[in-house]
Amino acid sequence: MATDLKTATEDDIGVGEYQYGFHDSTDKYVFTARKGLDRDIVAQISEMKDEPAWMREFRLSSLETFWKKPLPLWGGELRNLDFQDIHYYVKASLGQERNWDDVPDEIRKTYDRLGIPEAERKYLAGVKAQYESEVVYGSLHEDLAKQGVIFTDTDSAMRDHPDLFREYFGTVIPPADNKFAALNSAVWSGGSFIYVPKGVKIEFPLQAYFRINSENMGQFERTLIIVDEGASVHYVEGCTAPTYSSESLHSAVVEIIVKRGARCRYTTIQNWSSNVYNLVTKRAMAYGDSLMEWVDGNLGSRLTMKYPAIYLMEPGARGETLSIAFAGKGQHQDAGAKMVHCAPNTYSRIISKSISKSGGRASYRGLVKVANGATGCKSNVVCDALLLDSDSRSDTYPYMEIDEDNVVIEHEASVSKISDEQLFYLMSRGMTEAEASSMIVTGFIEPLVKELPMEYAVEMNRLIELQMEGSIG
Amino acid sequence: MSSLLKVENLYVSIDDKMILKGVDLEVRQGEIHALMGPNGSGKSTLAYALMGHPKYEIVDGQISIDGVSLNELEPDSRARMGLFLAFQYPVTVPGVKVADFLRHAVTNVRNPNRKEGEGLIPMREFRAELKSRMDELGIEAEFARRYLNDGFSGGEKKRMEILQLAMLRPKFAILDETDSGLDSDAVRFVSEAISRLAGPDMAIIIITHHERLLEFNRPQLTHVMLAGRVVERGEAALAHELHDQGYAGVRLRHPEAAAEEQEAAAALAGKQPVLAK
Repeated sequence: MATDLKTATEDDIGVGEYQYGFHDSTDKYVFTARKGLDRDIVAQISEMKDEPAWMREFRLSSLETFWKKPLPLWGGELRNLDFQDIHYYVKASLGQERNWDDVPDEIRKTYDRLGIPEAERKYLAGVKAQYESEVVYGSLHEDLAKQGVIFTDTDSAMRDHPDLFREYFGTVIPPADNKFAALNSAVWSGGSFIYVPKGVKIEFPLQAYFRINSENMGQFERTLIIVDEGASVHYVEGCTAPTYSSESLHSAVVEIIVKRGARCRYTTIQNWSSNVYNLVTKRAMAYGDSLMEWVDGNLGSRLTMKYPAIYLMEPGARGETLSIAFAGKGQHQDAGAKMVHCAPNTYSRIISKSISKSGGRASYRGLVKVANGATGCKSNVVCDALLLDSDSRSDTYPYMEIDEDNVVIEHEASVSKISDEQLFYLMSRGMTEAEASSMIVTGFIEPLVKELPMEYAVEMNRLIELQMEGSIG
Repeated sequence: MSSLLKVENLYVSIDDKMILKGVDLEVRQGEIHALMGPNGSGKSTLAYALMGHPKYEIVDGQISIDGVSLNELEPDSRARMGLFLAFQYPVTVPGVKVADFLRHAVTNVRNPNRKEGEGLIPMREFRAELKSRMDELGIEAEFARRYLNDGFSGGEKKRMEILQLAMLRPKFAILDETDSGLDSDAVRFVSEAISRLAGPDMAIIIITHHERLLEFNRPQLTHVMLAGRVVERGEAALAHELHDQGYAGVRLRHPEAAAEEQEAAAALAGKQPVLAK
């Protein structure tokens, strides 16, 4: 498999160990929108999808909002991002299949290489595979479907469950929330729609896999998850893209509603190639005595700006974000979390671990907000950064807006370097310098990795080891 | 055939300051040696230099095992050649489980030609071996699941070093004040463990200020360091004398080295008032 991936294409800019930088031919694509962004393109996307008029209007008005909103001046460097140099809609195959054998060969091979069908057989309750702008494969265990669980792509959900869809769509993240939420609202395509009925507890994870294949591609999936009272779900997403010398854009919107007594865990292992701008808005509303957890692993991309948020809407709601960022050469991970305590006796915890190497930059940016009257809230924030060399950089930007006195807010931050003494100690036990560094890094993120299901923990450790290979020299 | 660790005319500096000034030492596999000397005489520097700490620069002389020079080798290569240092102050490596760490270490040391990424020794086999070593040493099973030295007491850290020694079974083990800072029960534990591990396949170099460790582990030879050199060698009786009477006698017999020692101490003490101005 490794040799396969190393048959480097001319577009490969040689960023080292990125494993998923291969790409497929785009000759057989069903449709590729011309580059650029304007009303015509947005109208064309809506038309191709045969959408109701309200959605077409929603898209067009979101586009206006997008033009009006300024680029954020904080976070990462966005000025090189040319919004007119991107294909906003690319359809690679005709429809969504329920059997891998029916997925076009080239696309299926890609998912085979990524190990998705194998994972599905072993430990997943359902899978969506999105390739470019559309979902090309979908499955859900039969017994879950019988219990009323819906796991489909967001376009199909609009068509097949219009009332449920319209009740929640855009309610957690309105288009005017920020420039990139507006962009997604204008050109969104694909993404997952999940509804878990009252009291249904899904034991195994549902997984979506997002793959960008063509150059100068923009992927704008839109995910909406509703976990009804007392239900629970674990949703996992993975992301990769080919390595190109020009930029691709991934700008998703993820909205989640966790009703009373429900639980939702959303795990991301983002491993985009280093030419991808990853600008994502993720937000959850957590109601009484519910639990929302974001587990957010950011390993790839040129620039990631992502701050999964949890609004704690009713007493007893709990929110937790575990975040791992790895910034290698030429990468900037500006990641963190937002916790908004809107009701009394709500609880939040943020644990962030970042690693920077070879000149990479990892920033933690987080907000803890307690509204006036939200008494008895507790929040605990811990961010630890590990620098592997003196060229690399780590920043912490913790924001707190506390409008209530009777609360407990804790914040701890640390920055450390791999110490010579740790290296010497491990090397004196037979570890090479690279192995020793890798072991220290693995240990650093262990408190987070142990929260992942076994298979993802193994994958995360493997990815970190790959990132570490050849880093010492 | 038993292996030979040889140190010849070794000069070592730290930050351009010469600490070792011509050390000679020969240790054969299976022997027990004691290395004694007052604070600052260079015992720990010798231990670190043998293991290859990057800050300890070999200015002159030779370290070798069976004629193969170690001077240019990284610490991991030295470990794979059968050298081991039990640290006086073992560092903490958070998040790394003792068992995982040991499995990597044991794999590397037993397969010196292993390439990175090649398989580790089989889990089942490793677990069984770890368990029996821990049982022999009276170490609780829970130890294996803890993070390496993280939150360990002084005594636990030293036990951890001994467990590593037991698992790695080096040809040459240097114990750098493994008895320091321990209560008498803990010293007895270390002492008994060493005597159990010692044998024809392992040489042990015990760096110590006390006699306790040497009671169970009688050294064939005691080396006394002063001002960066080995100034005296003798049998167990020498260690006994040093324990009873301290280093006054050694200083008397080696006035030149004693003077150097005083100079170095004065230079160190002299620094502080200068800075205070």
